[in-house]
Amino acid sequence: MTETFVPPTRFAVPGRIAVSNRAAATWQTATLTEIRRETPHAATFRFAVPHWTGHLPGQHLMLRLRAEDGYLAQRHYSIASPPDDAGHIELTLDHVEGGEVSGWFHTVARPGDSVEVRGPLSGFFAWPGDRPALLIGAGSGVVPLMSMLRHHRARDLDVPLRLLVSARTSEALIYAREYGEETTPVFTRGAPDGVPVGRMAAAHVAPLLAEQPPGGWEAYVCGSNGFAEHVSRLLVEAGQPVDRIRIERFG
Amino acid sequence: MNVTRGFTGRPRANNAGLPPGQYDAGDDWPVLSAEVTPDLAPADWTFRVDGLVAEERTWSWEQAHALPASAYEGDIHCVTSWSKFGVRFGGVSLDAFLDAVRPDASATHAVAYSHSGYTTNLPLADLTGGRAWIAWEYDGKPLPAEHGGPARLIVPHLYFWKSAKWIAGLRILDHDEPGFWEQNGYHARGNPWEEQRYSGD
Repeated sequence: MTETFVPPTRFAVPGRIAVSNRAAATWQTATLTEIRRETPHAATFRFAVPHWTGHLPGQHLMLRLRAEDGYLAQRHYSIASPPDDAGHIELTLDHVEGGEVSGWFHTVARPGDSVEVRGPLSGFFAWPGDRPALLIGAGSGVVPLMSMLRHHRARDLDVPLRLLVSARTSEALIYAREYGEETTPVFTRGAPDGVPVGRMAAAHVAPLLAEQPPGGWEAYVCGSNGFAEHVSRLLVEAGQPVDRIRIERFG
Repeated sequence: MNVTRGFTGRPRANNAGLPPGQYDAGDDWPVLSAEVTPDLAPADWTFRVDGLVAEERTWSWEQAHALPASAYEGDIHCVTSWSKFGVRFGGVSLDAFLDAVRPDASATHAVAYSHSGYTTNLPLADLTGGRAWIAWEYDGKPLPAEHGGPARLIVPHLYFWKSAKWIAGLRILDHDEPGFWEQNGYHARGNPWEEQRYSGD
Protein backbone atom coordinates (compact mmCIF):
# COMPACT_ATOMS: atom_id res chain seq x y z
CA MET A 1 0.00 0.00 0.00
CA THR A 2 1.65 3.21 -1.10
CA GLU A 3 -1.29 5.61 -1.34
CA THR A 4 -1.68 7.92 1.60
CA PHE A 5 -4.91 7.37 3.47
CA VAL A 6 -7.40 10.21 3.11
CA PRO A 7 -10.47 10.10 5.36
CA PRO A 8 -13.92 10.34 3.74
CA THR A 9 -14.61 13.69 5.41
CA ARG A 10 -12.15 16.55 5.69
CA PHE A 11 -11.62 19.66 7.71
CA ALA A 12 -8.94 22.30 7.60
CA VAL A 13 -6.12 19.96 6.71
CA PRO A 14 -3.29 20.00 6.12
CA GLY A 15 -1.50 22.44 8.35
CA ARG A 16 -0.34 25.63 6.72
CA ILE A 17 3.39 25.05 7.00
CA ALA A 18 6.06 22.49 7.59
CA VAL A 19 7.27 22.73 11.17
CA SER A 20 10.95 22.66 12.05
CA ASN A 21 11.57 19.63 14.23
CA ARG A 22 14.91 20.99 15.37
CA ALA A 23 13.59 24.34 16.59
CA ALA A 24 10.67 22.71 18.37
CA ALA A 25 12.93 20.20 20.11
CA THR A 26 15.41 22.71 21.55
CA TRP A 27 14.97 24.64 24.79
CA GLN A 28 16.59 28.07 24.72
CA THR A 29 16.96 30.96 27.11
CA ALA A 30 14.61 33.92 26.80
CA THR A 31 15.54 37.05 28.76
CA LEU A 32 12.79 39.42 29.82
CA THR A 33 13.49 42.93 28.56
CA GLU A 34 10.21 44.79 29.08
CA ILE A 35 6.79 44.46 30.72
CA ARG A 36 3.85 46.47 29.36
CA ARG A 37 0.49 46.64 31.12
CA GLU A 38 -2.36 45.98 28.65
CA THR A 39 -5.43 45.76 30.92
CA PRO A 40 -5.99 45.33 34.68
CA HIS A 41 -5.56 41.56 34.18
CA ALA A 42 -3.22 41.21 31.21
CA ALA A 43 0.33 42.33 30.49
CA THR A 44 2.76 41.91 27.62
CA PHE A 45 6.17 40.41 28.33
CA ARG A 46 8.94 41.12 25.83
CA PHE A 47 11.91 38.75 25.63
CA ALA A 48 15.25 38.73 23.91
CA VAL A 49 15.74 35.29 22.34
CA PRO A 50 18.96 35.63 20.33
CA HIS A 51 18.70 32.26 18.61
CA TRP A 52 14.98 32.42 17.82
CA THR A 53 14.59 30.95 14.30
CA GLY A 54 11.45 32.95 13.56
CA HIS A 55 7.80 31.95 13.52
CA LEU A 56 4.61 32.46 11.60
CA PRO A 57 1.72 34.51 12.99
CA GLY A 58 -0.60 32.25 14.99
CA GLN A 59 2.05 29.82 16.21
CA HIS A 60 2.76 29.19 19.88
CA LEU A 61 5.66 28.14 22.07
CA MET A 62 6.23 26.16 25.21
CA LEU A 63 7.69 28.02 28.18
CA ARG A 64 9.08 26.62 31.41
CA LEU A 65 10.09 27.87 34.84
CA ARG A 66 12.27 26.03 37.33
CA ALA A 67 12.05 26.17 41.14
CA GLU A 68 15.02 25.66 43.47
CA ASP A 69 14.09 22.04 44.18
CA GLY A 70 14.14 21.24 40.46
CA TYR A 71 10.36 21.44 40.03
CA LEU A 72 9.46 22.47 36.47
CA ALA A 73 6.25 24.10 35.31
CA GLN A 74 5.62 24.38 31.59
CA ARG A 75 2.81 25.98 29.59
CA HIS A 76 1.89 26.70 26.00
CA TYR A 77 1.51 30.38 25.07
CA SER A 78 0.59 32.01 21.77
CA ILE A 79 3.13 34.42 20.35
CA ALA A 80 1.82 38.00 20.14
CA SER A 81 4.62 39.62 18.17
CA PRO A 82 5.02 39.49 14.40
CA PRO A 83 7.79 37.41 12.79
CA ASP A 84 9.93 40.39 11.79
CA ASP A 85 10.77 41.41 15.37
CA ALA A 86 14.29 40.04 14.99
CA GLY A 87 15.68 38.31 18.07
CA HIS A 88 12.67 39.23 20.19
CA ILE A 89 9.29 37.70 20.94
CA GLU A 90 6.35 39.00 22.95
CA LEU A 91 3.75 37.10 24.96
CA THR A 92 0.60 38.61 26.44
CA LEU A 93 -0.53 36.75 29.54
CA ASP A 94 -3.70 36.93 31.57
CA HIS A 95 -3.17 36.77 35.31
CA VAL A 96 -4.95 33.48 35.98
CA GLU A 97 -6.25 33.12 39.54
CA GLY A 98 -4.02 30.59 41.29
CA GLY A 99 -1.92 30.17 38.13
CA GLU A 100 1.62 29.25 39.12
CA VAL A 101 3.21 30.42 35.86
CA SER A 102 1.06 33.47 35.05
CA GLY A 103 1.18 34.35 38.77
CA TRP A 104 4.97 34.44 38.67
CA PHE A 105 4.94 36.63 35.58
CA HIS A 106 2.47 39.10 37.04
CA THR A 107 3.83 39.36 40.58
CA VAL A 108 7.53 38.43 40.54
CA ALA A 109 9.02 38.82 37.06
CA ARG A 110 11.11 41.87 36.16
CA PRO A 111 13.41 42.77 33.28
CA GLY A 112 16.60 40.74 33.40
CA ASP A 113 14.88 37.54 34.51
CA SER A 114 15.24 34.57 32.23
CA VAL A 115 13.02 31.62 31.41
CA GLU A 116 13.26 28.86 28.82
CA VAL A 117 11.23 28.47 25.64
CA ARG A 118 11.01 26.00 22.77
CA GLY A 119 9.31 26.64 19.49
CA PRO A 120 7.69 27.78 17.36
CA LEU A 121 5.15 24.97 17.60
CA SER A 122 2.30 23.69 15.44
CA GLY A 123 1.50 24.58 11.85
CA PHE A 124 -2.26 24.33 12.04
CA PHE A 125 -3.18 27.77 13.40
CA ALA A 126 -0.46 29.57 11.44
CA TRP A 127 -1.28 32.29 8.92
CA PRO A 128 1.52 32.97 6.43
CA GLY A 129 -0.30 36.02 5.06
CA ASP A 130 -1.33 34.30 1.84
CA ARG A 131 -5.12 33.98 2.17
CA PRO A 132 -7.89 36.42 3.17
CA ALA A 133 -8.08 36.15 6.94
CA LEU A 134 -11.24 36.41 9.03
CA LEU A 135 -10.06 36.52 12.65
CA ILE A 136 -12.41 36.15 15.61
CA GLY A 137 -11.13 36.15 19.17
CA ALA A 138 -12.25 36.70 22.75
CA GLY A 139 -10.25 37.79 25.77
CA SER A 140 -6.66 36.61 25.51
CA GLY A 141 -7.74 34.60 22.45
CA VAL A 142 -6.91 37.74 20.49
CA VAL A 143 -3.18 37.20 21.13
CA PRO A 144 -2.30 34.92 18.17
CA LEU A 145 -4.69 36.94 15.97
CA MET A 146 -2.77 40.12 16.91
CA SER A 147 0.41 38.54 15.62
CA MET A 148 -1.43 38.11 12.30
CA LEU A 149 -2.72 41.69 12.29
CA ARG A 150 0.72 43.10 13.13
CA HIS A 151 2.29 40.97 10.39
CA HIS A 152 -0.32 42.21 7.91
CA ARG A 153 0.60 45.81 8.76
CA ALA A 154 4.36 45.34 8.99
CA ARG A 155 4.47 43.74 5.52
CA ASP A 156 1.82 46.08 4.11
CA LEU A 157 -0.06 43.06 2.75
CA ASP A 158 -3.01 43.73 0.49
CA VAL A 159 -4.77 40.42 1.14
CA PRO A 160 -8.01 41.21 3.06
CA LEU A 161 -7.95 40.86 6.87
CA ARG A 162 -10.79 41.48 9.32
CA LEU A 163 -10.80 41.07 13.10
CA LEU A 164 -13.77 40.65 15.41
CA VAL A 165 -12.63 40.86 19.03
CA SER A 166 -14.82 40.24 22.04
CA ALA A 167 -14.07 41.64 25.50
CA ARG A 168 -16.12 42.06 28.68
CA THR A 169 -15.57 45.83 28.82
CA SER A 170 -13.51 48.46 27.03
CA GLU A 171 -11.05 48.38 29.97
CA ALA A 172 -10.59 44.63 29.42
CA LEU A 173 -9.92 44.96 25.68
CA ILE A 174 -6.32 43.89 25.07
CA TYR A 175 -4.37 46.00 22.52
CA ALA A 176 -7.21 48.57 22.48
CA ARG A 177 -4.98 51.34 21.10
CA GLU A 178 -3.71 49.26 18.17
CA TYR A 179 -6.94 48.48 16.35
CA GLY A 180 -7.89 50.23 13.14
CA GLU A 181 -10.52 50.04 10.42
CA GLU A 182 -10.09 46.28 10.07
CA THR A 183 -11.33 45.60 13.61
CA THR A 184 -14.78 45.50 15.20
CA PRO A 185 -14.76 45.21 19.00
CA VAL A 186 -17.72 43.51 20.70
CA PHE A 187 -18.38 44.23 24.38
CA THR A 188 -20.29 41.65 26.41
CA ARG A 189 -20.66 43.44 29.79
CA GLY A 190 -19.97 47.13 29.46
CA ALA A 191 -19.27 49.36 26.49
CA PRO A 192 -18.38 52.98 25.81
CA ASP A 193 -21.33 55.35 25.35
CA GLY A 194 -23.27 54.66 22.20
CA VAL A 195 -21.82 51.17 21.69
CA PRO A 196 -24.25 48.27 22.15
CA VAL A 197 -23.56 45.57 24.77
CA GLY A 198 -24.02 41.89 23.96
CA ARG A 199 -22.27 38.73 22.88
CA MET A 200 -20.92 38.01 19.41
CA ALA A 201 -23.89 37.33 17.14
CA ALA A 202 -24.89 36.48 13.59
CA ALA A 203 -25.19 40.22 12.91
CA HIS A 204 -21.44 40.62 13.49
CA VAL A 205 -20.47 37.68 11.27
CA ALA A 206 -22.99 37.95 8.40
CA PRO A 207 -21.73 41.22 6.85
CA LEU A 208 -18.19 39.84 6.68
CA LEU A 209 -19.33 36.63 5.00
CA ALA A 210 -21.49 38.65 2.62
CA GLU A 211 -18.37 40.39 1.27
CA GLN A 212 -16.50 37.28 0.15
CA PRO A 213 -12.96 38.04 -1.05
CA PRO A 214 -11.60 36.07 -4.03
CA GLY A 215 -11.03 32.50 -2.83
CA GLY A 216 -13.11 33.06 0.30
CA TRP A 217 -12.10 33.66 3.91
CA GLU A 218 -9.83 31.46 5.99
CA ALA A 219 -11.41 31.77 9.45
CA TYR A 220 -9.28 31.67 12.61
CA VAL A 221 -11.18 31.43 15.89
CA CYS A 222 -9.43 31.68 19.26
CA GLY A 223 -10.79 31.87 22.80
CA SER A 224 -12.40 29.78 25.48
CA ASN A 225 -14.13 26.57 24.48
CA GLY A 226 -17.56 28.13 25.04
CA PHE A 227 -16.68 31.07 22.80
CA ALA A 228 -15.17 28.80 20.14
CA GLU A 229 -18.24 26.56 20.08
CA HIS A 230 -20.56 29.58 19.79
CA VAL A 231 -18.60 31.37 17.07
CA SER A 232 -17.86 28.26 15.00
CA ARG A 233 -21.62 27.58 14.90
CA LEU A 234 -22.29 31.19 13.84
CA LEU A 235 -19.75 30.85 11.05
CA VAL A 236 -21.18 27.54 9.79
CA GLU A 237 -24.73 28.90 9.91
CA ALA A 238 -23.59 31.95 7.94
CA GLY A 239 -22.17 29.71 5.21
CA GLN A 240 -18.47 29.49 6.09
CA PRO A 241 -17.21 26.02 4.97
CA VAL A 242 -16.32 23.76 7.91
CA ASP A 243 -12.95 22.98 6.35
CA ARG A 244 -12.03 26.68 6.28
CA ILE A 245 -12.42 27.19 10.03
CA ARG A 246 -9.36 26.79 12.25
CA ILE A 247 -9.95 26.78 15.99
CA GLU A 248 -7.60 27.22 18.89
CA ARG A 249 -9.31 26.70 22.23
CA PHE A 250 -7.71 28.00 25.38
CA GLY A 251 -7.97 25.26 28.01
CA MET B 1 18.14 24.94 33.20
CA ASN B 2 18.89 27.61 35.78
CA VAL B 3 16.53 28.25 38.67
CA THR B 4 13.93 30.91 37.76
CA ARG B 5 14.37 33.75 40.25
CA GLY B 6 11.54 33.83 42.78
CA PHE B 7 9.61 30.91 41.30
CA THR B 8 8.28 28.46 43.87
CA GLY B 9 5.44 26.77 41.97
CA ARG B 10 2.31 25.20 43.32
CA PRO B 11 2.47 22.69 46.18
CA ARG B 12 4.15 19.55 44.90
CA ALA B 13 1.78 16.78 44.01
CA ASN B 14 3.02 13.63 45.65
CA ASN B 15 1.71 11.78 42.71
CA ALA B 16 3.58 8.98 41.06
CA GLY B 17 0.85 9.01 38.42
CA LEU B 18 1.96 12.36 37.02
CA PRO B 19 4.16 12.02 33.91
CA PRO B 20 7.11 14.43 33.48
CA GLY B 21 6.11 18.02 32.70
CA GLN B 22 2.42 17.48 33.52
CA TYR B 23 0.22 19.10 36.17
CA ASP B 24 -3.02 17.91 37.76
CA ALA B 25 -5.99 19.74 36.22
CA GLY B 26 -8.24 18.65 39.09
CA ASP B 27 -11.90 18.92 38.10
CA ASP B 28 -11.16 20.79 34.86
CA TRP B 29 -11.42 19.03 31.52
CA PRO B 30 -10.20 21.45 28.85
CA VAL B 31 -11.49 21.06 25.29
CA LEU B 32 -8.82 21.49 22.63
CA SER B 33 -10.32 20.32 19.32
CA ALA B 34 -9.03 22.22 16.30
CA GLU B 35 -12.18 21.77 14.25
CA VAL B 36 -15.86 22.60 14.49
CA THR B 37 -17.66 20.16 16.82
CA PRO B 38 -19.75 17.90 14.55
CA ASP B 39 -23.48 17.68 15.20
CA LEU B 40 -23.74 13.90 15.10
CA ALA B 41 -26.70 11.87 16.39
CA PRO B 42 -26.04 8.38 17.77
CA ALA B 43 -28.33 6.98 15.05
CA ASP B 44 -25.99 8.46 12.42
CA TRP B 45 -22.78 7.29 14.10
CA THR B 46 -20.92 4.38 12.53
CA PHE B 47 -17.56 2.76 13.24
CA ARG B 48 -15.67 1.01 10.45
CA VAL B 49 -12.47 -1.07 10.49
CA ASP B 50 -10.89 -1.73 7.11
CA GLY B 51 -7.54 -1.95 5.30
CA LEU B 52 -5.31 -4.95 5.98
CA VAL B 53 -7.96 -7.17 7.57
CA ALA B 54 -9.58 -10.50 6.70
CA GLU B 55 -13.05 -8.96 6.81
CA GLU B 56 -13.82 -5.23 6.59
CA ARG B 57 -16.72 -4.27 8.84
CA THR B 58 -18.92 -1.33 9.80
CA TRP B 59 -20.85 -1.23 13.08
CA SER B 60 -23.94 0.86 13.76
CA TRP B 61 -24.59 2.39 17.20
CA GLU B 62 -26.80 -0.59 18.13
CA GLN B 63 -24.37 -3.20 16.78
CA ALA B 64 -21.47 -1.65 18.66
CA HIS B 65 -23.51 -1.55 21.87
CA ALA B 66 -24.25 -5.26 21.48
CA LEU B 67 -20.56 -6.05 22.05
CA PRO B 68 -19.36 -6.86 25.60
CA ALA B 69 -19.21 -3.71 27.75
CA SER B 70 -15.80 -2.60 28.96
CA ALA B 71 -14.67 0.48 30.89
CA TYR B 72 -11.44 2.38 31.38
CA GLU B 73 -10.88 3.75 34.86
CA GLY B 74 -7.68 5.70 35.37
CA ASP B 75 -5.83 8.79 34.22
CA ILE B 76 -5.49 10.79 31.00
CA HIS B 77 -2.67 13.10 29.91
CA CYS B 78 -2.91 15.97 27.41
CA VAL B 79 0.17 17.18 25.54
CA THR B 80 -0.67 20.76 26.57
CA SER B 81 0.52 19.72 30.09
CA TRP B 82 -2.66 18.91 32.00
CA SER B 83 -3.42 15.48 33.38
CA LYS B 84 -6.71 14.30 34.80
CA PHE B 85 -6.90 11.58 37.42
CA GLY B 86 -9.52 8.93 38.08
CA VAL B 87 -11.69 9.35 35.00
CA ARG B 88 -14.14 6.66 33.90
CA PHE B 89 -14.98 5.98 30.26
CA GLY B 90 -17.57 3.32 29.41
CA GLY B 91 -17.82 1.56 26.07
CA VAL B 92 -16.30 -1.47 24.38
CA SER B 93 -12.72 -2.69 24.23
CA LEU B 94 -11.18 -2.09 20.81
CA ASP B 95 -10.09 -5.74 20.90
CA ALA B 96 -13.73 -6.73 20.34
CA PHE B 97 -13.74 -4.88 17.00
CA LEU B 98 -10.27 -5.96 15.93
CA ASP B 99 -10.93 -9.61 16.79
CA ALA B 100 -13.98 -9.47 14.50
CA VAL B 101 -12.04 -8.16 11.47
CA ARG B 102 -8.83 -10.20 12.01
CA PRO B 103 -5.90 -7.94 11.01
CA ASP B 104 -3.39 -9.45 8.56
CA ALA B 105 -0.06 -10.73 9.84
CA SER B 106 1.58 -7.83 7.92
CA ALA B 107 -0.44 -5.18 9.79
CA THR B 108 1.70 -2.91 12.00
CA HIS B 109 -0.14 0.42 12.36
CA ALA B 110 -3.52 2.09 12.08
CA VAL B 111 -4.82 5.51 11.19
CA ALA B 112 -7.79 6.42 13.35
CA TYR B 113 -10.14 8.87 11.63
CA SER B 114 -13.09 10.89 12.83
CA HIS B 115 -16.44 11.93 11.46
CA SER B 116 -14.93 15.44 11.45
CA GLY B 117 -12.00 14.43 9.22
CA TYR B 118 -9.43 14.38 12.03
CA THR B 119 -6.78 11.66 11.77
CA THR B 120 -4.14 10.24 14.11
CA ASN B 121 -1.72 7.34 13.65
CA LEU B 122 -1.03 4.55 16.14
CA PRO B 123 1.03 1.38 16.27
CA LEU B 124 -1.34 -1.61 16.32
CA ALA B 125 0.36 -2.75 19.53
CA ASP B 126 -1.00 0.37 21.26
CA LEU B 127 -4.56 -0.52 20.22
CA THR B 128 -4.65 -4.17 21.30
CA GLY B 129 -4.33 -6.15 24.52
CA GLY B 130 -6.95 -4.23 26.47
CA ARG B 131 -5.22 -0.84 26.06
CA ALA B 132 -7.80 0.95 23.89
CA TRP B 133 -11.56 1.49 23.88
CA ILE B 134 -14.41 2.92 21.87
CA ALA B 135 -16.19 4.95 24.56
CA TRP B 136 -19.63 6.55 24.60
CA GLU B 137 -19.98 7.23 28.31
CA TYR B 138 -18.08 9.50 30.68
CA ASP B 139 -18.70 9.11 34.39
CA GLY B 140 -21.79 7.00 33.66
CA LYS B 141 -23.40 9.60 31.38
CA PRO B 142 -23.44 10.00 27.58
CA LEU B 143 -20.17 11.48 26.33
CA PRO B 144 -20.76 15.21 25.55
CA ALA B 145 -20.25 16.27 21.91
CA GLU B 146 -17.40 18.66 22.74
CA HIS B 147 -15.53 15.75 24.32
CA GLY B 148 -16.06 13.53 21.29
CA GLY B 149 -19.59 12.21 21.72
CA PRO B 150 -21.44 10.19 20.56
CA ALA B 151 -18.27 8.06 20.68
CA ARG B 152 -14.50 8.51 20.76
CA LEU B 153 -11.39 6.40 20.77
CA ILE B 154 -9.67 6.11 24.17
CA VAL B 155 -5.96 5.23 24.23
CA PRO B 156 -5.13 6.48 27.72
CA HIS B 157 -1.48 5.41 27.88
CA LEU B 158 -0.63 7.90 25.09
CA TYR B 159 -1.13 11.69 25.00
CA PHE B 160 -4.81 12.38 24.59
CA TRP B 161 -4.66 13.75 21.01
CA LYS B 162 -4.35 10.06 20.02
CA SER B 163 -7.80 9.40 21.53
CA ALA B 164 -9.65 10.63 18.44
CA LYS B 165 -13.01 12.30 19.10
CA TRP B 166 -16.09 11.47 16.99
CA ILE B 167 -14.35 8.27 15.94
CA ALA B 168 -15.47 7.00 12.53
CA GLY B 169 -13.03 4.23 11.80
CA LEU B 170 -9.62 2.63 11.73
CA ARG B 171 -7.64 1.99 8.57
CA ILE B 172 -5.24 -0.90 9.24
CA LEU B 173 -1.84 -0.45 7.52
CA ASP B 174 1.54 -2.17 7.18
CA HIS B 175 3.42 1.09 7.77
CA ASP B 176 3.22 4.26 9.87
CA GLU B 177 1.59 7.31 8.35
CA PRO B 178 1.35 10.64 10.19
CA GLY B 179 -2.09 11.94 11.11
CA PHE B 180 -3.32 15.50 11.63
CA TRP B 181 -1.24 16.70 14.58
CA GLU B 182 1.65 14.46 13.60
CA GLN B 183 1.85 16.38 10.30
CA ASN B 184 1.78 19.58 12.34
CA GLY B 185 4.91 18.96 14.37
CA TYR B 186 3.74 16.51 17.03
CA HIS B 187 5.40 13.22 17.91
CA ALA B 188 4.57 10.05 15.98
CA ARG B 189 3.80 8.00 19.11
CA GLY B 190 3.18 10.43 21.99
CA ASN B 191 4.13 8.44 25.09
CA PRO B 192 3.68 10.79 28.09
CA TRP B 193 6.14 8.84 30.26
CA GLU B 194 8.87 9.45 27.67
CA GLU B 195 7.59 13.02 27.19
CA GLN B 196 7.21 12.49 23.43
CA ARG B 197 5.39 15.77 22.74
CA TYR B 198 6.91 17.01 19.48
CA SER B 199 8.79 15.52 16.53
CA GLY B 200 12.36 15.09 17.66
CA ASP B 201 11.51 14.49 21.34
